[in-house]
Amino acid sequence: MKENNNNIVKPKVTYTDTKVVDLKHIYKQYDGETVLNDINLYIRDKEFVTLLGPSGCGKTTTLRIIGGFETPDEGTVLFEGKEINDLPPNKRHINTVFQKYALFPHLNVYENIAFPLRLKKKSEDEIRERVTEMLKMVALSGFENKSVSTLSGGQQQRVAIARALISHPRVLLLDEPLGALDLKLRKDMQVELKNIQQRIGITFIYVTHDQEEALSMSDTVVVMADGEIQQIGTPTDIYNEPKNAFVADFIGESNIIDGIMLSDYSVRFAGHTFKCLDKGFDKNEQVDVVVRPEDVDVVEPERGMLTGQVSAVSFKGVHYEIIVDIKGFKWMIQSTDYVAPEQFIGLYIEPDAIHIMKKSKYSGMFGDYSSFSDELDQLSDVESAEEF
Amino acid sequence: MRKYASRIYLCIIFAILYIPILTLVLFSFNDSESTANFTGFSFEWYKKLFSDENAFIALRNTLILAVSSATLSTVIGTAAAEGIYKMKTKWFKTVVTSVTNVPMMNPDIVTGVSFMLFFAAVVGFFKIADYDDIGFFAMLIAHTTFCLPYVILNVLPRISELGNSLTEAALDLGCTPAEAFFKVKLPNIMPGVISGAVMAFTLSLDDFVISYFVSPSNFQTLPLLIYSMTKKTVKPDMYALSTLIIVTVFTLLILSNLKNFKNTDKRKKKGGKKA
Amino acid sequence: MSSIAAAPHIFWAVLFIVLPLLIVIAYAFTNAEGIFTLDNIKALKDYVPIFGLSIELSVIATFICLLVGYPLAYIIARSNPKHQAIYIMLLMLPMWTNLLIRTYSIMALLDDGGFINTIFNTSFHIVGTKGAVIFGMVYDFLPYMVLPIYTCVSKIDKHMWEVASDLGCNTITTLTKVILPLSLSGIISGVTMVFVPSISTFYISQKLGGGTFELIGDTIERQFVTGAYNVGAAISLVMMILILISLGLMNYFSEEGEGGIIP
Repeated sequence: MKENNNNIVKPKVTYTDTKVVDLKHIYKQYDGETVLNDINLYIRDKEFVTLLGPSGCGKTTTLRIIGGFETPDEGTVLFEGKEINDLPPNKRHINTVFQKYALFPHLNVYENIAFPLRLKKKSEDEIRERVTEMLKMVALSGFENKSVSTLSGGQQQRVAIARALISHPRVLLLDEPLGALDLKLRKDMQVELKNIQQRIGITFIYVTHDQEEALSMSDTVVVMADGEIQQIGTPTDIYNEPKNAFVADFIGESNIIDGIMLSDYSVRFAGHTFKCLDKGFDKNEQVDVVVRPEDVDVVEPERGMLTGQVSAVSFKGVHYEIIVDIKGFKWMIQSTDYVAPEQFIGLYIEPDAIHIMKKSKYSGMFGDYSSFSDELDQLSDVESAEEF
Repeated sequence: MRKYASRIYLCIIFAILYIPILTLVLFSFNDSESTANFTGFSFEWYKKLFSDENAFIALRNTLILAVSSATLSTVIGTAAAEGIYKMKTKWFKTVVTSVTNVPMMNPDIVTGVSFMLFFAAVVGFFKIADYDDIGFFAMLIAHTTFCLPYVILNVLPRISELGNSLTEAALDLGCTPAEAFFKVKLPNIMPGVISGAVMAFTLSLDDFVISYFVSPSNFQTLPLLIYSMTKKTVKPDMYALSTLIIVTVFTLLILSNLKNFKNTDKRKKKGGKKA
Repeated sequence: MSSIAAAPHIFWAVLFIVLPLLIVIAYAFTNAEGIFTLDNIKALKDYVPIFGLSIELSVIATFICLLVGYPLAYIIARSNPKHQAIYIMLLMLPMWTNLLIRTYSIMALLDDGGFINTIFNTSFHIVGTKGAVIFGMVYDFLPYMVLPIYTCVSKIDKHMWEVASDLGCNTITTLTKVILPLSLSGIISGVTMVFVPSISTFYISQKLGGGTFELIGDTIERQFVTGAYNVGAAISLVMMILILISLGLMNYFSEEGEGGIIP
């Protein structure tokens, strides 16, 4: 592979086609409640995969099954082609960075990182060499003798990563590893984690509920909800081509509107017929239409494909977030131009801003911002009441 | 005003608590047999006590029993706490913890007589000629049993507080379950294990009622010796023994408190730096 | 390590907790020849007055402990934190001093020819009265009442007093409506820790009762020393049941009480 220095940012594919971990028809129940429902997922060598979903979606359970802390009720877990369903965690070439780091409080930084090597009865020289190397990698040289409780969250995080990587696992599992850090530190650690992964060239399986984190770091994102995989794809695929209303809503902001596919490349919703780039649906099939807030242009009412009244505006720094009432459905629009509340505006939507999805069990549950503006209304009511 | 009332109240209560004990200490230095008239200062009763072989044997017995029952109950109790924490069947867990707490809730006298009848049955069942032959073991079993709930009470909260994450991390890094327990969990629940052991040790040292019903004729502990001394007419040697015990307890309490004071001082300093 | 780690303990508990209690029950329902009988249970009615007296004295002693101990715990908990440690140590010292020594020390003080009567040249007859036994119980077990209440009161948020007065409580209503209910769990465990050893004591009544009256503990001790195991077992069984019932009732009410305070 040749390094290219042009300015087009394209995800660099570093993973191979070898399947390291392969989950086949995994089912898991707790106290009669289904936590995982037929999970099928393979993870390739050197791939950075993120399991993304809201809490309770089964992502952590999936990770724990790969790590060996849970056994599936049904299905097969393969590691490099061999079944490992009942292999205990200590016999797997898989290590984990735990949510709250789980550093050993009775050991200092050096001994925490040396722990796996001591178990293997490595020589003192080798241990020193490898721990020093690891500390250098996570930029903690000189911290050897510190007690782990005196470290900051970010430093503890690095120790946990060094400890998990020192025995050269094939796969590193990371369970919401940045959840306890503040925003700024989280951003830095995201970059650093990605760098570490590319430098040492092993598979990372990352669990998070933060969609931004997932999109920015991963080769592949697995969106989960209700114990099922909703979509597997590259970050761009997931964002631009969500498979159903859940994915569209969970990843970024979306207006999800009921529509009818009149024919290929033509869809009708909100009382208007739009050109689009989608095809292959039945004639007059009911569909969910996704329009991202940033893909809508605000124009004069007479020039708009749709018109509506602004019900709320809030300033978000880079842009304004505008809630527009179009025939009773509240849309969210992001625009760099200010519009005043109560003002009538027109919306212009390009064909490539429209994405059509098949109806799913999540249809009608997401993508309407009316509750959002209701809250604002109530808040302003309270304020005005207090003024009197 | 209210402050003074509080002070006076504290003083009165502590005076009532301490006057009897201090009187006893005072009369241990009396030069006559009287426990009511202080006639003069002497170490006579201490000399008498130190020349009494029984006192030393009782002291030795008490220490042997306290150390061995504390050790045994700490080992069994710590393992039990870990096991109870891992139990998944709820009703079984409840049954085990309730049965464990029985010796703690039950009056000592009932525990004592139940052991007395139990060991009588053991003697009968195994046709043991002389109860004295199993006497020490009977004492050890009885003391270990009433110490167990206190060890578990000290260790179990530590284990639940620690949670599963460290053990899972240890397993993940290559420990067998046993290694994970000894290398990671045990060092981190040590404070609970130690306080459980200390508690077991002191409870065993202090026990009179249960020992009274279980003790064989050849194994007397200090509380039993004190009891037999109070039955005599001349008692200042018992005063001397009691004084020694009080002084020991007092010293140990001060030492452990000094340690605590130092710890809190350190913590305060640390907190101060941060702030 | 799995729940197997509890196996030695379960084995131990069955053998040395459950089995001895079963043997007590077996003795209670058999005669000296080991044949089933209800005579021991029937004989219990002779001991009703003793049960009554034991309950009377231990209830009074527990009540006095609460009355004296609550203010003490409260004062300690609200005093300067530096002094608190010293006060608690002063309470612990008698607690860790053997019960026999403590009991004997008050006997030596209060006896007819004891220290007090000697130095004041008086002839109070104290030892041998109910009052002396009650005093002995209070003296011996007061720290057991104070410590749990202290632990409980000292955990109450310092702002609770301010909050209560802010909401219109005066000192008395703050105590009765806020602090007392919040320290209920401490009171419950204090009451348990005083009541159980009081009702079952035999040593205090032996020394301070001067042999003039018998409590249930003395009766049990006498039965076993004289070899009347079966009757002794029956009395022990009844006492155990009485205590377990009262503990159960207390727990039940405390849970209800707590439910009332914190909905």
